[in-house]
Amino acid sequence: MVIATTATTTELKGLVDDDQSSGAPPVPRSPRSALPYVLLVPSVVILALMLGYPLVRLGIMSMQEYGLPQVFGRPAPWVGLDNFQTILNDSYFWTVLWRTLIFCAVTVALTMVLGVLVALLLEALGRVMRVFVSASLIVAWAIPPLTATIVWQWMFDTQYGIVNWALGKRGESFFANQLTFFMIAALIVVWMGIPFVAFTVYAGLTQIPLELMEAARMDGANFPNRFRYIAYPAIKPILLILTSLSVLWNFRVFTQIYVLQKAGGVTRDTNLLGVYAYRISIGENDYGIGAAIAIVMVVITVLLTLTYLRAMMRVEEP
Amino acid sequence: MTSHRTHRVAINAAGVVVALIALFPVYWMVLTSFRPGQELRTPTPSFLPTSVTLDNYRRVFEREYFWTAMKNSALVTLIVVGLALVVAFLAAVALARFRFRGRASFLVLVILIQMIPAEALIISLFQILDGAQLTNRIIGLALTYLVFVLPFTIWILRGFVGGVPLELEEAARVDGASRFGAFMRITLPLVAPGLVATGIFAFILAWNEFIFALVIMNRPENQTGPVWLQAFNEGARGTDWGGVMAGSTLMAVPVIVFFLIVQHRVSAGLTAGAVKG
Repeated sequence: MVIATTATTTELKGLVDDDQSSGAPPVPRSPRSALPYVLLVPSVVILALMLGYPLVRLGIMSMQEYGLPQVFGRPAPWVGLDNFQTILNDSYFWTVLWRTLIFCAVTVALTMVLGVLVALLLEALGRVMRVFVSASLIVAWAIPPLTATIVWQWMFDTQYGIVNWALGKRGESFFANQLTFFMIAALIVVWMGIPFVAFTVYAGLTQIPLELMEAARMDGANFPNRFRYIAYPAIKPILLILTSLSVLWNFRVFTQIYVLQKAGGVTRDTNLLGVYAYRISIGENDYGIGAAIAIVMVVITVLLTLTYLRAMMRVEEP
Repeated sequence: MTSHRTHRVAINAAGVVVALIALFPVYWMVLTSFRPGQELRTPTPSFLPTSVTLDNYRRVFEREYFWTAMKNSALVTLIVVGLALVVAFLAAVALARFRFRGRASFLVLVILIQMIPAEALIISLFQILDGAQLTNRIIGLALTYLVFVLPFTIWILRGFVGGVPLELEEAARVDGASRFGAFMRITLPLVAPGLVATGIFAFILAWNEFIFALVIMNRPENQTGPVWLQAFNEGARGTDWGGVMAGSTLMAVPVIVFFLIVQHRVSAGLTAGAVKG
């Protein structure tokens, strides 16, 4: 996951470059050869079997009555859009959906604002301090998400958590309360998300010609104005991509919620879409409904992705 | 001059605060893992190392399924890295070296696939693997991880293969090398940094992954490291934080150290791969 993040931006750059050069086709070695198809066979087979087929199966299941009897081999009756009707008429589903969207919006906003501030800080720091702060950020970035969540769980432990001690709240479970539960979950997500945003924005800031900043300073522009009129327009494309990516990632957050629920969170008060679909299907064997929820997740993601693709197009323009 | 100096001090102070926030949880994890149990329950916790014990680690090593979980994680990681590199490399050669019908659509597909929330697929994937008797099997989990590794790996390697000038290979062939020989001696070494970068990516994904392992490997003897750790965490219920932190440290520190060492090379490799497209 860690490097996946770096990847996606560089990959975007790659896509843009690729499109620019798309006028020039790759070198045709042996025209009409079957070789390229042969080389693609393993990838296509794996992707079709492990991704295409599950997607189709998910779609079919979302339109079936698929419960415990079907798990044991009974045929699954076709119910059309009944499952979707059921979840869309369920007020709890809407609660979870809105909760997920709000959690996503809040964590993305915090990650972006703090990430940009850290990037500006990295730029302002001297060499030695910058290396030190970067290394610290890499550590936070590299820790596996599950391990990070468990460590934060320990820091917020009811009896002996260091944070509970610092706040004078020993004996109080922050996980049992809905608001503090989500504050901790958001804290973990943002803490893990900042390094990537900070590094990418910092990389963007270093691309701005030094003379430009220097000239603005000479002309008497203060820091907020220099940021607003010079840095911001230059890094705007990067910010758009980072925001869209963070939305995609934070919309599907699972591990943090799952672990904190086990640590004492009230499941019903703290479900987000991903965990909810998991609990309904694998937890309660109601696969039809679970699949319908998962399909809704995919649809929302596709809608968010369109925004993302549009952001990419905008990068390509200048 | 004075205002400039206060400015510098303020910026450095902010840097220290950011570094502390980033580092503290990791520091606290390692510190706790070496701390005797009774010291974890003192009224006032100490922020500095006091007495050091290896008891927590001993408990982890002696805990059932720890070594099988490590073995399972190592095995699945190895398979994913190996398969991903071979399969993705073949696809990358096809995409970078040939022009064929469907090439552009395949590239778009590779990008789009990465947008699908994997969490949504757990339900049907579990059923499919179950039907194929592949749950609780390393190969079933490895195939699952491949889906998340492949698109990215193909994309990056395609850039690297495309970046090797065809003239180099042709020159080698003029000098008498076979097509395969030219490929092995010229192209492969030049693509090596890309293989390292994508291999590390696959390694970290397979080593860290939790959700799919949780669902697919649901028997204790088939757990991977993260699933074992979470089971330990749930089972301990806040009574053995020393042990849980020792387990967390064992899972996290190798990745952190590894990442600190290779980070520079990886980002350089990835950028090169993307730009060379």
